[in-house]
Amino acid sequence: MMETGFDVVLALMLLGVGGWSIIARNMMTAVIIFIAYGLLLSLAWVRLHAVDVSLTEAAIGSGATGLLMVIAAHKVAGDSQRVVRLSRGFHVLAAVFATLVAIGIASLAFVLPGAPVSLAAPVLERLPESGLGNPVAGVLFVYRSFDTLLEKVVLLLALIGVWALARDQDWGGVPGLRLFQHPHSVLMLLARTLPPIGFVFAIYMTWAGADVPGGAFQGGTVLAAMWILVMVAGVRRVPRVSSPLLRLAIVAGPLVFLAIGFLGFVAPGVFLAYPDGLAKPLIVVMEVALTLSIAVILGLLIAGPPRAKDSA
Amino acid sequence: MADLFTILAVSAGAVLFLAGTLGLLRFPDTLTRLHALTKVDNLGLGLVVLGLLPQLGWLAAAKMLAVWLLVQLSGAVVTQILARSVRGEGES
Repeated sequence: MMETGFDVVLALMLLGVGGWSIIARNMMTAVIIFIAYGLLLSLAWVRLHAVDVSLTEAAIGSGATGLLMVIAAHKVAGDSQRVVRLSRGFHVLAAVFATLVAIGIASLAFVLPGAPVSLAAPVLERLPESGLGNPVAGVLFVYRSFDTLLEKVVLLLALIGVWALARDQDWGGVPGLRLFQHPHSVLMLLARTLPPIGFVFAIYMTWAGADVPGGAFQGGTVLAAMWILVMVAGVRRVPRVSSPLLRLAIVAGPLVFLAIGFLGFVAPGVFLAYPDGLAKPLIVVMEVALTLSIAVILGLLIAGPPRAKDSA
Repeated sequence: MADLFTILAVSAGAVLFLAGTLGLLRFPDTLTRLHALTKVDNLGLGLVVLGLLPQLGWLAAAKMLAVWLLVQLSGAVVTQILARSVRGEGES
């Protein structure tokens, strides 16, 4: 009874906050409400016992995406010439199409053909063969590793998309992250005390992901947050996008993933299959490489496209 | 006895959360709003954690204390930065 009450209040708050972020007139207000919405959504995932999804929602959906949107809203607000005022008709049209999409998705959920076939039992039955204890990690790296591989490549494409916004003469320079450098600032204190703790926590999250909720994405996001903090406070400089070491870190995850995928041709004979008994160690190697790449890519996504002004 | 302590401490924490939220909504300017919010981070969360300690094993209790300390650290820093930027003392 108590729990139903909590769920109902949570669902109502989600609807209310979601609606509020749509009708908010100020862009920055809408973004901040969206971040709160993401945090509420991660609570909802916990209530559905999907802790892995909840962690990802809080880290990526609310944290990283929220930060990207704050930066975007700030840039648009500071550049009033480029703000495009849309006509009322356009707003109505957008609302109609968005509503149609929402109705379409909702009606699909209601007309699902019969009871969906659950593969949960067979997955759990054979999970121990992979050496993993967390069924989510099992699905990501054993049953659906091809999807996971493509997911990481999409992240890489997103970074290329951000870099493509650079002007030609700025290419190869330092990303235009806004810094808060001040030798005696309190941010400096945070940037010096928090990273060691965050580093240990990120490694723990990645390592524990094999058996309990966590994994490369969550650990990578914590690492990215620490890196951004260090860069913004000016403890370490933002690297040039042309740095070979940086690029190696970006592609390390997908490369190791592909290499292990092709290794599957040699041993069991299928792409992305693991040789007998080596599944767990290979997955751990992949997770470590992916954590590094995810952290660096997320950090660079937030740092933005290279800008010539600071590259000297 | 432990349960009574938990109920009292967590309730007191919840009251501080409520008061802090009211302050955030009703206080006139940024500095006073920050003042209201720091009580939530500090005492509100602190009382909730304190109240839950008797219900937990020592490892979980240590984790809860670590969460509280980390919130203290980030809360203090973010409040400082916000307040300084409001007073126009650089940093931005």
